Amino acid sequence: MRIRAQIAMIMNLDKCIGCHTCSVTCKNVWTNRAGVEYAWFNNVESKPGIGYPQHWEDQEKWRGGWQLKKGKLELKSGTRLTRLVNIFANPDMPEIDDYGEPVTYDYSHLQTSPLAEAAPTARPRSLIDGQRVEKLHWGSNWEDDLAGEFSERSQDVNFTEVNKQMYADFENTFHLYLPRICNHCLNPSCVASCPSGSLYKREEDGIVLVDQDKCRGWRMCVSACPYKKIYYNWESGKAEKCLFCYPRVESGMPTVCSETCVGRIRYMGVMLYDADAIEQTASAENEEDLYQQHLNLFLDPNNPEIIKLAKEQGIPHSWLEAAQKSPIYKMAVEWKVALPLHPEFRTLPMVWYVPPLSPVQSQIDQGNLPTQGDGMMPTPDILRIPLQYLANLFTAGDETAVYQSLSRLMALRSYQRSKHVEGETKQEVLDKVGLTVEQVEQMYRYMAIANYEDRFVIPTGHEELRNKDSYALQGYNGISFDGTSKGTHPFNAFPKQRSASVFVDLPKSSNKG
Amino acid sequence: MDLHYFLYGIYPYIVLAVFLLGSWLRFDYAQYSWKSDSSQLLSKRYLRLGSNLFHVGVLVLFLGHFAGLVMPVELWHSLGISDLTHQWIAIIAGTIFGMMALAGAIILLIRRLTNSRVKATSRFMDIFILIWLILTLLAGLSTLPASIHHAYENDPSVMLVLGEWVQSGLSLQIQSALLNEVDWVFKIHLFFGLTVFLLFPFSRLVHIWSAPLGYLMRAYQIVRRKPRTL
Repeated sequence: MRIRAQIAMIMNLDKCIGCHTCSVTCKNVWTNRAGVEYAWFNNVESKPGIGYPQHWEDQEKWRGGWQLKKGKLELKSGTRLTRLVNIFANPDMPEIDDYGEPVTYDYSHLQTSPLAEAAPTARPRSLIDGQRVEKLHWGSNWEDDLAGEFSERSQDVNFTEVNKQMYADFENTFHLYLPRICNHCLNPSCVASCPSGSLYKREEDGIVLVDQDKCRGWRMCVSACPYKKIYYNWESGKAEKCLFCYPRVESGMPTVCSETCVGRIRYMGVMLYDADAIEQTASAENEEDLYQQHLNLFLDPNNPEIIKLAKEQGIPHSWLEAAQKSPIYKMAVEWKVALPLHPEFRTLPMVWYVPPLSPVQSQIDQGNLPTQGDGMMPTPDILRIPLQYLANLFTAGDETAVYQSLSRLMALRSYQRSKHVEGETKQEVLDKVGLTVEQVEQMYRYMAIANYEDRFVIPTGHEELRNKDSYALQGYNGISFDGTSKGTHPFNAFPKQRSASVFVDLPKSSNKG
Repeated sequence: MDLHYFLYGIYPYIVLAVFLLGSWLRFDYAQYSWKSDSSQLLSKRYLRLGSNLFHVGVLVLFLGHFAGLVMPVELWHSLGISDLTHQWIAIIAGTIFGMMALAGAIILLIRRLTNSRVKATSRFMDIFILIWLILTLLAGLSTLPASIHHAYENDPSVMLVLGEWVQSGLSLQIQSALLNEVDWVFKIHLFFGLTVFLLFPFSRLVHIWSAPLGYLMRAYQIVRRKPRTL
């Protein structure tokens, strides 16, 4: 057994209000540069919808993720040789129009336009070629709050085996927000697809990164990531992706998206897992078993055997302590209320989701729907969001795990209601869903109160462990940031990056250097 | 010193030095700029046709030139390929793959100059190197009538002389006099071809060094420990 630690995340969709604060703060920190205007390391989608880029979940179209070929794992885009043969023009590569052309607006026109009858407008202009864009076609929040026609949005692949026509009626419609970042998978298909070997997973915390120097722009990762969370920077010619804010995580701080989440829906913590079992886990024959197999991969951080072994294998004590207090372990493994996004892609994602409840309160009040014992809580299968839809999102179609998660979320409410409204605790609500009083009180603390220190249990990185001789570092970092001084060259014969910093009125390509 | 001596006696060494040292320096000092610089994200249209035609054509041409000019002729003799057969193979393969590469390069150039996104994001060198390659291909294809004429006359001597010249250069004992009697079409192609290597380190061509053949042998997953700083 090879024990590795990973920083993982859970998002509680039941509390997401779709404010996009995570997306905006992430963009301001990481992607407000030329070439990645269209890149949203974090974006919030409105479901049902086809998403960003269009139809990203449809792997018949993009051929991302893994497939089983004669019982063996292979990338959906084919063998290594197939990818090399396709390297001159990747047939599965999305185009900028699948994301939506990045634009700015002619703001200066508002000031310079002559006096006129009508108020001046700031019309869109492409950030790539500076041309007027007459009509915008897509964007990261095109379908925000169910914008657009049902016929378009309902091409969402999660409608498989759902009678979707029923949900076209206004009265029956349903909606949930789905914030998405890179899943920092245990079996990342981006890493596996990279011909130059520039993508890698960090051993100490599991964060998946692109080595920017080593990336040659072969763009196989863009199509191989089934979540479409690798973006090609058209300005630098390199792949870029969510970094899980590793400089912050190394210092024990949560990612920017987590830190700034106003709904406090995000949790971050350490998970221990057996790296030797990754391949076998991802090769589970039945897609519906992948969720359970993934759970089995996680190791119990309180088990003395595991602790002993982990220490022998060099996992720092502070990380083991953090793993024991990990909110992720509690929600995913102990309470089983969190589920992975699209486990059928076989990448073993490490950003999990608590499925949203979708209240039907007025129907309950009118006595139109069956309730549980307390006469207030509906049963999970009659909520607005069809169970099958959630199951297609989180468990490759298996409704039982989603049902269990939703039942437990409702049991928590029912129990707290009995305690605070009726003044007597109802043990039977918990018995029915297999929770103890202690567990449900903890769930209340973690998910309803959601204190900062409970949501984020992140141990600092251990820099001292990799510097065998810190004394030799003395005076090393005086001049430049990368360890050595290269001096300053007034002249450089090799192609430079175009000068660019933040959005301005004119496209960056107009001042190329 | 006459122009002939400069171009075929000295220039090749300037090219070789700039090509090797330049590539090495760029790799060490500016590796962030070392990339294929694909514009596929901005426009897929015509890329699949143009890029595949161009790359396959150019790769085969490169290998063909290597086999025909750098490998010793004795090797081909020992494989039972006479000089005349050798020349006919070169003519036929050169025609097919030369036309392929040319067609691809022209498609790519048209795309680069007419697609407003690709045009706006092109650097000077992106366009210049493409035009230079097209000129090199045209010069190469224009040697075909002369080669065919030689082949019909059962005279592979020009081909052999060219090989000898290339080998003399690579063994650092270049003999420009070998090319004294060679047709000017060949010499023009030689000049354009040599200059491609001169431009190489300053253009996107550096990605050729990084042809990811090692990927075929590599394990799928890569896990890195943070490098020790010392």
